[in-house]
Amino acid sequence: MWRFLIPMAVFAALVWFFNQGLGLDPRKIPSPLIGKPAQEFSLPVLGEPDRKVAMSDYRGQVVLVNVWGSWCVACRAEHQVLLRIAASGAVPIIGLDWKDQDEDAQAWLRSLGNPYTVTLVDEGRVAINFGVYGAPESFLIDKQGIIIHKHTGPITWEAWQQEILPMVVKAKEAT
Amino acid sequence: MIPELGQFALIIALCLSLVQAFFPLAGAWTGNRTWVRLAWPAVSGQTVFVFLSFACLMWSFIQNDFSVLYVASNSNSALPVIYRISATWGAHEGSMLLWIVILAAWSVAVAALSKNLPELFAARVLGVLGLISFGFLLFTLETSNPFERLIPAAIDGRDLNPLLQDPGLAIHPPMLYVGYVGFAVAFAFAIAAMLEGKMDAAWARWARPWTTVAWCFLTVGIALGSWWAYYELGWGGWWFWDPVENASFMPWLAGTALIHSLAVTEKRGLFKSWTLLLAITAFSLSLLGTFLVRSGVLVSVHAFATDPERGRFILAFLVTVIGSALALYAWRAPLLKSDEGFGKVSRETFLLANNVLLVIAMLVVLLGTLFPLFMDAIGGGKYSVGPQYFAAVFVIPTIPLVLLLGLGMHSIWRRDNLSRISKRLRVPMVIAVVLGIILPWMIYGTPSIMTVVAIIAALWVIGSSLFVPVIGLLDKTQKVRITRSQWGMILAHIGVGVFILGVTVTEAYSVHRDQALRLGDSVDVAGYTVTFESVKPVSGPNYQATQATMEVSRDGKSLMTLHPEKRTYRVQRNPMTEAGIDARLHRDLYLALGDPLGNDSWSVRFQYKPLVRFIWLGCIIMALGGLIAVSDKRYRVVVTKTVKEGGREALAGGKG
Repeated sequence: MWRFLIPMAVFAALVWFFNQGLGLDPRKIPSPLIGKPAQEFSLPVLGEPDRKVAMSDYRGQVVLVNVWGSWCVACRAEHQVLLRIAASGAVPIIGLDWKDQDEDAQAWLRSLGNPYTVTLVDEGRVAINFGVYGAPESFLIDKQGIIIHKHTGPITWEAWQQEILPMVVKAKEAT
Repeated sequence: MIPELGQFALIIALCLSLVQAFFPLAGAWTGNRTWVRLAWPAVSGQTVFVFLSFACLMWSFIQNDFSVLYVASNSNSALPVIYRISATWGAHEGSMLLWIVILAAWSVAVAALSKNLPELFAARVLGVLGLISFGFLLFTLETSNPFERLIPAAIDGRDLNPLLQDPGLAIHPPMLYVGYVGFAVAFAFAIAAMLEGKMDAAWARWARPWTTVAWCFLTVGIALGSWWAYYELGWGGWWFWDPVENASFMPWLAGTALIHSLAVTEKRGLFKSWTLLLAITAFSLSLLGTFLVRSGVLVSVHAFATDPERGRFILAFLVTVIGSALALYAWRAPLLKSDEGFGKVSRETFLLANNVLLVIAMLVVLLGTLFPLFMDAIGGGKYSVGPQYFAAVFVIPTIPLVLLLGLGMHSIWRRDNLSRISKRLRVPMVIAVVLGIILPWMIYGTPSIMTVVAIIAALWVIGSSLFVPVIGLLDKTQKVRITRSQWGMILAHIGVGVFILGVTVTEAYSVHRDQALRLGDSVDVAGYTVTFESVKPVSGPNYQATQATMEVSRDGKSLMTLHPEKRTYRVQRNPMTEAGIDARLHRDLYLALGDPLGNDSWSVRFQYKPLVRFIWLGCIIMALGGLIAVSDKRYRVVVTKTVKEGGREALAGGKG
């Protein structure tokens, strides 16, 4: 009675597809920016409105650009991970404080700790150039100023160790 | 403290679900009656702790405990209490807990109403339900703990998604889940029957009311979701063929097939293995629905949580539950033989056709829903399947389904012939065709061929359903006795007709217009004149809104004033549309306010939607029919009698 096995076979095929599908992120419309140079920008530093920092200041270094806001709950969850990354000294983190109130952002950094090498204030223009959908999002930029990776949503410790850190190491080795 | 209590209660429930799963199943296998009897206290205990846990979560919401991550992410101190309560199931973690709560409620109902069932059988059913509950509890605790703390606590919450701040969506998930989860009972009945290797008419009679009740809730749940999308999303559409909608529609189609197949199994002892397969399929599709929505394999406007870790867990769970059920099926189903046959034209044939067509319809939806995934998995690129596919392909199985429905209702079991049925139904047939051609012309204007066919089909279903009651009313010489379960069938089928009428007329004759209007301007739509009188800011508990005042008049006579709004919720900032709707049974007027275009000018969307209410009315009638069918007294007779009669019971249902 082979026909009674048909449902099982159909189901097995479906499972195969689902398993494949799990590895794919449907929201990851492959970012067209990866492999492209990051847009040049120059933004005021948080707390020091007169000082400006430009992307080109970091040419020659591998940096992680992290888009966040004090209004963002997921950023709060990510914050502990960023602190650990900063403590490890693996890569400088540039904070892009996005659509935020300066006082709120400064209070946040005072109470939770500051993982950022420098925090820049962005009203939204620069984040748009990076194709940001929502905070938090992070971009890994290599020595030539090329975006080599985009992480959507909070960085977890696993994601850092398994995905991002190896890329950082590789990018640092490259000349 | 309260959140920890909730989590602790959930852990105890997990342990009790294991007791509920293991002892009854093992006891029934080895014949250990003491173990078997553990099923009942285990169910009660598990339910108490599951409800306690749910109450703790709800309490955290009501108390605005923003030290709980889930509460902080989905509530806000300015949120009205009623939405703080519904926010409990407003996102992933809480809706999983709701799933478990509802499963517990179903399990307790089965346990309480199982006095008529043989003890071993009931214990097996409860054991299977325990296994499912165990899987979901483990999933929740492992990957989606709603009680996780947020330290330091947030000062205020991120607020509930504004889309969900609506009475329709507050009750939509519970309704839908009662339906989804209810199919777990049918599934458990099927597994228990396969474990026993025995499946008779009595089995079908036990399984039928449970399946029907679940189906009724699912019907209402889907209708509520559609109604909500209609007035809240601001486009005036009522069904979008979105993966999440499809995920609830597929179990509905399989469940509808199951209800009909169960009828044959009960009355004639046929279609046994088919019924089992449908019971497994209906529940599998419910699980698949959960999987599709939660795992992130498919994107959807409704999906609020996507996370591959959860996806892997659910996939493993699916493989365990469905895989073992289908393995059991492959092993046991060949043993279930039906020794009776049936004629080429008979009620059995019509129900078989019904089943085949419903399953085809289900597969059409499944294929459309999963096609993007299939293509992506084999490296074929990113695809999306639009409503055009579904609208075009879905009618292919449904038109014959509806046309055969009228005939099938009046056919008799075993052997019948077409000329007898069609002779009997000549009158409703002629009425349907004549009215179906004339009415749309007279009322709405030139119809397309498809519109005429669909309206004839709808009238035909309604007419043939009403045939027997009308005969009974007109012809006193004929003794027409209609049982409750027949009334249920008649009503549910009228619901189908009303639904088709609503869909057809709305789709064919809706008028819609997007236009820029300045204050004081008027526009004519479908015989109505709409005047844009004013806009003013208003503020709600947790939002600011711009409210327009629009005067609707006809032939110079003022009819009503509508107030469409555009809201911006304070925390999440995204703009929401509150349409201004004047709802009548025969038509809706639908006004939605768009964006300001400057100079006191706004983009405004007007829609005139005839018979759109029939869509949801039809669903309500279907569900009502189901509930009346369940109230039939034969489901309450004592078990000893029904077992004796066995599968050859009464032709009585055949007169239909």
